[in-house]
Amino acid sequence: MMKYKKPSRNFITYAGVILVFLLCELALSGAVPFFKMTRSLKGQLVPICVYIVMAVSLNLTVGISGELSLGHAGFMSVGAFSGILVSQYLLFAFPDANLEVLRLILALVAGGLFAGIAGVLIGIPVLRLRGDYLAIVTLAFGEIIRNLINCIYFSVDGRDLNFAFLNPNLPGKLLINGPMGATGIKKLATFEVGFLLVMFTLIVVLNLINSRSGRAIMAIRDNRIAAESVGINVTKYRMLAFVISAALAGMAGALYGLNFSQIQAVKFKFDTSILVLVFVVLGGIGNIRGSVIAATVLTVLPEMLRQFGDYRMLIYAIVLILVMLASNNPMIKSMLSSIIDVFKRNPDKEGKDA
Amino acid sequence: MIQFLSYLLNGISLGSVYAIIALGYSMVYGIAKMLNFAHGDVIMIGAYISFCAIQYWNLPPAIAIVLAILVCTVLGIVIERLAYKPLRQATSLSVLITAIGVSWLLQNIALLIWGANPKSYQSLVGFGSLTLFDGQLHITSETFITIAANIVIMIALTLFTGKTKMGKAMRAVSEDKGAAELMGINVNATISMTFAIGSGLAAIAGVLLCSAYPVLMPTTGSMPGIKAFTAAVFGGIGSIPGALIGGILLGLIEIMGKAYVSTELGDALVFAVLIIVLLVKPTGLLGKKIHEKV
Repeated sequence: MMKYKKPSRNFITYAGVILVFLLCELALSGAVPFFKMTRSLKGQLVPICVYIVMAVSLNLTVGISGELSLGHAGFMSVGAFSGILVSQYLLFAFPDANLEVLRLILALVAGGLFAGIAGVLIGIPVLRLRGDYLAIVTLAFGEIIRNLINCIYFSVDGRDLNFAFLNPNLPGKLLINGPMGATGIKKLATFEVGFLLVMFTLIVVLNLINSRSGRAIMAIRDNRIAAESVGINVTKYRMLAFVISAALAGMAGALYGLNFSQIQAVKFKFDTSILVLVFVVLGGIGNIRGSVIAATVLTVLPEMLRQFGDYRMLIYAIVLILVMLASNNPMIKSMLSSIIDVFKRNPDKEGKDA
Repeated sequence: MIQFLSYLLNGISLGSVYAIIALGYSMVYGIAKMLNFAHGDVIMIGAYISFCAIQYWNLPPAIAIVLAILVCTVLGIVIERLAYKPLRQATSLSVLITAIGVSWLLQNIALLIWGANPKSYQSLVGFGSLTLFDGQLHITSETFITIAANIVIMIALTLFTGKTKMGKAMRAVSEDKGAAELMGINVNATISMTFAIGSGLAAIAGVLLCSAYPVLMPTTGSMPGIKAFTAAVFGGIGSIPGALIGGILLGLIEIMGKAYVSTELGDALVFAVLIIVLLVKPTGLLGKKIHEKV
């Protein structure tokens, strides 16, 4: 299904991301005339980075490991709330120390760690199933996580961290307030950090794909029984892909949470998982570079369509359906592949076909 | 005890709605092997049509229901023709994304026509309520009619798939599309028919759901849609009695969980039970066992 990619091809992906980042920085600085960013686009920069990380990590599960997951936003919410908790706790417990960088790093690490733990716990039952049943169970876990987060309360009192389930009467200042979510978050996320997280994700995922483990994961995707018969530990490698994907989603979630002054668990419902899945499918299943491009374009697109007002999401939905119909139309498909062949013969233009 | 009885009836009633929706999911999955995520939104459209028929066009409830069924049936056929039929040969993931696109499309059309503000739905099947045990137990007519409708639909569908030519064709197509085609069955017509029946049922479910829980919004259908999908998987997707059992159990767990455990955790409980069932029986309660050949 997917071509084996030489590491040198990954270089194009890295270079492209760095180039776009530098262009954005240039536009943000406002040094160049006629090349400035609108305010709404500026506000989208961190979410774009978050969705790129989400799409790339989901592509690891759906494309590389071949398991349809409909609950990716669940890991994002675990990461978001654990990241916010760590960051806000440090803020209130050590108000005098100036710990911005440390808080951000710890928040991202905590987000990745807790989402990774959730990935292990969920992976154990989920990976026993297959196909659509696996998909529905990931959906179920996503909804359970959202429901549970609506029931937890954390407060900070001096340097004490208090936790309660279904009971909002805690001493001190509430950090996470059940259905009200986290409020009064001190924003830490910046576009630069988002860019670094995207690069980190790409390095992790692309190196994993090109490693021995990655080949094992893809072998299991293509034929589980054949892979098992040549001595690949199926459970171990499926779990590896699932947990790494969950941990990366958790880090993206932590960054997302720290980009807003308040956030509720509703933000991470089923629709968000689906949105990320749309990025992955439109970008090309198993194609990491495609995920990056699709996540960027499809996050910016609704902003671009803002002039259409109420018709914005309607147009978005119609575009989505038409793209799916067109990309599966045999005539258009053969036309596209012949165009790609033309580019392939000319190695200078190789990067433009993706 | 009487309180328990009342929860029991409410649970069965809610479960009946889930069962009717789950049937649509299950039949479409059985035949087209696709997860039709737009099904929940057909419910919402059905509810809006009946709402308009009563509120704006002053039609009697019976005609409003028939109108909703007709509109949804046509809608189901049109969606299948335009969006799903060109994707018969495509991967299941492409079809899934297209279904999601259709779901967003329907929600946004509803948003443009009827606005984002919730409408309060006037019950179409409310005739008062039955009071038993010296006023301790109220049973509304909605509860009775929902359960009755569910029973009638289940019997009718079982007879339809078992006895009629079209029903047998449906079972044949879901068993083996290629072989069915060779036997002279019109596969496209059969699939259209399945979508028509599923969407018609969705309209009925929409009317019943909104009569019992009278808040109507463009997103009204999505959560019941997901839960009914869960119910279909729970009972074994592709099976009619499975949808019935799955739906009713799900409704009971939800109502009992909300009443006795915690209101916030009702939904989490539903999904937790689903996961446990799938771990013990990976293809659902009444699902067919899949044999793996090497």
